[in-house]
Amino acid sequence: MTDPTTLPADWSFRSRSARLAIWAGWLSLVALFVWCWQVMTETTIWAFVWDAPRQAGDIGGRMLPPEWGYLPELMQPLWDTLNIATLGTVGGVILAVPVALLAARNTTPSAAFLRPVALFIIVASRSINSLIWALLLVTIIGPGLLAGIIAIALRSIGFVGKLLYEAIEETDPKQIEAIRATGAGPAQVLTYGVVPQVMPALWGISVFRWDINIRESTILGLVGAGGIGLKLNASMAVLAWDQVTVILLLILATVVVSEWISAAIRRAII
Amino acid sequence: MSAQYPTTWRRPPQIIQDRRLRIGLQIAVLAYLVLAFGSIEVNWQRVSEGLERGQRFVMGFLQPDFTSRWRDISQGLIESLTMTLTSTVVGVLISVPIGIGAARNLVPRPVYLVCRSIVAVSRSLQEVIVAIFLVAMFGFGPFAGFLTLTFATIGFIAKLLADDIEEIDETQAEAIRATGASWFQLLNYAIQPQVMPRLIGLSLYRLDINFRESAVIGIVGAGGIGATLNTAIDRYEYDSAGAILLIVIAIVMVAEYGSSYLRKFLQ
Repeated sequence: MTDPTTLPADWSFRSRSARLAIWAGWLSLVALFVWCWQVMTETTIWAFVWDAPRQAGDIGGRMLPPEWGYLPELMQPLWDTLNIATLGTVGGVILAVPVALLAARNTTPSAAFLRPVALFIIVASRSINSLIWALLLVTIIGPGLLAGIIAIALRSIGFVGKLLYEAIEETDPKQIEAIRATGAGPAQVLTYGVVPQVMPALWGISVFRWDINIRESTILGLVGAGGIGLKLNASMAVLAWDQVTVILLLILATVVVSEWISAAIRRAII
Repeated sequence: MSAQYPTTWRRPPQIIQDRRLRIGLQIAVLAYLVLAFGSIEVNWQRVSEGLERGQRFVMGFLQPDFTSRWRDISQGLIESLTMTLTSTVVGVLISVPIGIGAARNLVPRPVYLVCRSIVAVSRSLQEVIVAIFLVAMFGFGPFAGFLTLTFATIGFIAKLLADDIEEIDETQAEAIRATGASWFQLLNYAIQPQVMPRLIGLSLYRLDINFRESAVIGIVGAGGIGATLNTAIDRYEYDSAGAILLIVIAIVMVAEYGSSYLRKFLQ
């Protein structure tokens, strides 16, 4: 037992050296922040920044009242947006399943070669936003819905692939073992051992991604990939801020509804 | 013992048990797909013309050109990286009080509702749309990007922090409360030790997201590597665009591995 007389009179949460180390860590973070701030604001024109509240008031004044008569014109682009998100998600999931099977440690045919390739596909797809994919695809296959769908699909591969391969790696090996013990071939092990275990996860991930894709597809039109973003871009180009308000409110409503649908479906499945 | 076992076996349906509902849903899905595919208008001539460009893009990706536009690329990268760090720091600083305010077990109901609505507003607005407005207000450049990312960070961190605080081990808070601690002491000795590792983890994760987003909001004029990328694609310089994308992928990979390593080290 420790002699109580040797203990410090005041209790403190951490030892002296730990406190010093933490303090040094925070100090270096602050120094880094200040340095970054200076580099970043080097070219900032402060007159514009101080002018911002007036600009905000000006834009706000033009945005109200919303021009509700514009709403019927937005229904076709909204349908396009929903199609971009849905078909893009379907395409993304179809492409992501083989990638996930290659990336999961327990189903990959070759851990040395194919697994790193699959992991690179997942990282590459995840680190490039769908807007950038759309920007590229619009210059390659031309503006329109198809570019948006492919952009959404390419971006979804990484997200679905990553979550799905983690789900595959977490499957119960006993069930797979049992199927294998019946003399099943690799394909049969997959369909009867792995697929039933990851199916709920796959549905959950797909619906979750669909919800995110609805959100992302609303802005793809900014670079010409179809949907309601095209209208947003057009309205902003002619400074019709009262139309912009209507579009933004419609986007907000769509996002809220899709989030609600996806939450309801996920609750029903899982 | 004559076995009456069936010789064939069908796997039972997994998710929807009711047969009629299942078939109905399948028909509905099919009908939707037909309708949706019908709405895509593809100009195949344009696509075939574009394929040549696509080929050039793939070639650019395989043989990226880092050198000829290196000045613009490095400028964009510096803007993106500084924007990412400053916006994450400021965003986390702002989102901590909001996150505490949005935790139901710590604050009175009016504060909770105000903070939750701030979170909801920040989460429901797209980064790109926020960026468009902020660029219109604050002018082009990384400052508008910084504000956009800060705004997006607030919703993300505050929500996850609040959810985390709501899920803490109440017995520890109870023990601190029983010593007669004030609200701030409760925060400092009961809540903070429990949520700090996760807050650091979330901040690192958000740093990673903010970098990825900084590549996007440049397209609408908010500075950073996205602006450089947009210019490169507009000028059909696919080898430079390929180089930029490869750099972005590499930084994201490094950030992802680095942050997961750092999180393990800190916990």
